[in-house]
Amino acid sequence: MKLDLEQLAHLAGQIRRDVVRMISAAGSGHPGGALGAAEIFAALYGHEMHHSADNITDPGRDRFFLSNGHICAAWYSVLARVGYLEPAELGSLRKMGSRLQGHPSREKWPEVVESSSGPLGQGLSVANGLALANTLSGDRGRVYCLVGDGELQEGIIWEAILSASHYGLADVTLIVSDNDLQIDGAVSSVKGIQPLGAKFNSFGWHAVEIDGHDTEALIGAFAEARAEKSRPTAVIAETVMGRGVSFMENLAKWHGACPSADETAAALEELGAAPGYTDYPPLQEVIR
Amino acid sequence: MTFTSPTGIRNGFGQALVELGRTNPDVVALTADLADPTRVRRFAEKFPDRFFQMGISENDMIGTAAGLALGGKIPFATTFAIFGTSLANQPVRLHLGYNHFNVKLVCSHGGVTVGPDGATHQAFEDLALMRLIPGLTVVAPCDANEAYKATLAIAEYDGPVYMRVGRIDTPIVTAAESPFTLGKANVLRDGDDLALFCVGSMVPTSLEAADVLADRGINCRVVNVHTLKPLDEKAVLDATRACGAVVTAEEHSVLGGLGSAVAEVLCCLAPAPVEMVGVNDTFGESGEPDEILSKYGLTSEAIVDAALRAVSRKGSAG
Repeated sequence: MKLDLEQLAHLAGQIRRDVVRMISAAGSGHPGGALGAAEIFAALYGHEMHHSADNITDPGRDRFFLSNGHICAAWYSVLARVGYLEPAELGSLRKMGSRLQGHPSREKWPEVVESSSGPLGQGLSVANGLALANTLSGDRGRVYCLVGDGELQEGIIWEAILSASHYGLADVTLIVSDNDLQIDGAVSSVKGIQPLGAKFNSFGWHAVEIDGHDTEALIGAFAEARAEKSRPTAVIAETVMGRGVSFMENLAKWHGACPSADETAAALEELGAAPGYTDYPPLQEVIR
Repeated sequence: MTFTSPTGIRNGFGQALVELGRTNPDVVALTADLADPTRVRRFAEKFPDRFFQMGISENDMIGTAAGLALGGKIPFATTFAIFGTSLANQPVRLHLGYNHFNVKLVCSHGGVTVGPDGATHQAFEDLALMRLIPGLTVVAPCDANEAYKATLAIAEYDGPVYMRVGRIDTPIVTAAESPFTLGKANVLRDGDDLALFCVGSMVPTSLEAADVLADRGINCRVVNVHTLKPLDEKAVLDATRACGAVVTAEEHSVLGGLGSAVAEVLCCLAPAPVEMVGVNDTFGESGEPDEILSKYGLTSEAIVDAALRAVSRKGSAG
């Protein structure tokens, strides 16, 4: 799937509307990080990754791991928009019996959620292991892993960062949604992790620092990662928590808060939803 | 390959892993800076492309093994029991448990016999921690021959496994032709006075105790419960119903291991007097393995005493 920049912008907008409606309907969830990662999901699934909803288990496909599992509303949305589930199912988020668990569950949706996530820091190790397996098997798919910047306070992630450079896993791309916010406040005040670019470079990675809401820059960074043949790449994507909903932007409280009915209506209006908007329209109505 | 004289249980694992390297191209191995003590060194030398040295990073090792399993490999991840089950408990719970990835976590240095290293390195709780994780198979072979067979069996089994293997030389009590089926306990000695359930390094100790008890007119049915989970409930019930009194013996805390597993079944289905031989909810200390086993009551004498208590309680309210 190779959407153009205008289509990707529409897709990101749709992801944001879905995220607000899904979390509002669920009564709980994590809107802030999900809204901030809309362009990252759009660029990955709408342009960068080789994948097809019609051939989910194609052994040559690119693979994706959401390590910061709490922002899964955005992931479920993009998956719906590119054909992995009926958009109407998005309304089941966090409900009993749903495949769309509060944190991504391999048990509930093994074809798509390759590894459950939620406990932070776990995703990159799995991505590395899959890249090693691919090398042994001769499969050439690339492996993507998305983490939050606060998540980089977990020790295991640095173990995995060392492993990826030690084994020269050039097929691994780590995307850091760098919004400088976590539950207890600014990452820099809770326990600072900057400068990330210098850290990744000094750990033997190829670091690319970009605006995480600029899909063209994201596509460019992913192309750089593809061209890199000896080192893993870290795409440090500067993002804004709550992006697109002015009253949520840059506020840590929206990490895990549910908007009220009034807030939901205001957010949807700001995100460009038509008055009376109630459904999850299919992709064709979004990608003009 | 058959072991005939006392050797570390881990040596059966190391031998079998090399055999698996020859016969199954999907088998890969990982270690966290413990290639020699866990006995994966020979596999690493013979199959360097399928060996991953992860450094002192047990959490990352488990996650990497999960990714390898996702990619169709059969990873054997190795470290010491205390690190694999306690330090790395979260990724084990997530990947071997919830994700149910086909990872075999094989840990040496289970139990007290790490000896002089002291309490930080002695794993009295590894079996309990692993038994609590849904869907995980938990195995503790009793000697090097059984470890060899168990290693081949868990490679064949498509699912996550924790296997504990011991460090120090322990007697060989099974033979090459002895049966081994995952999940099926083996009766090593028949008797109808006392059911003696044992696991791992305490199997030879239990057989010794059974000899002493026989001299006193108490015939033990010694049952080697090499697979702690899923527990062979039928074997537990059959032996208990035939004997009417029970002793459990494990190089492990009495909380959460074999004693608990047996009691959980019996209290519901076949109440009988149960005496547990194991570590009584405490940490260990430095000392030679035999000194520690003696101080913490993991001896044939302790089993004999427990057996006499259990038999004397027969027919009482418990």
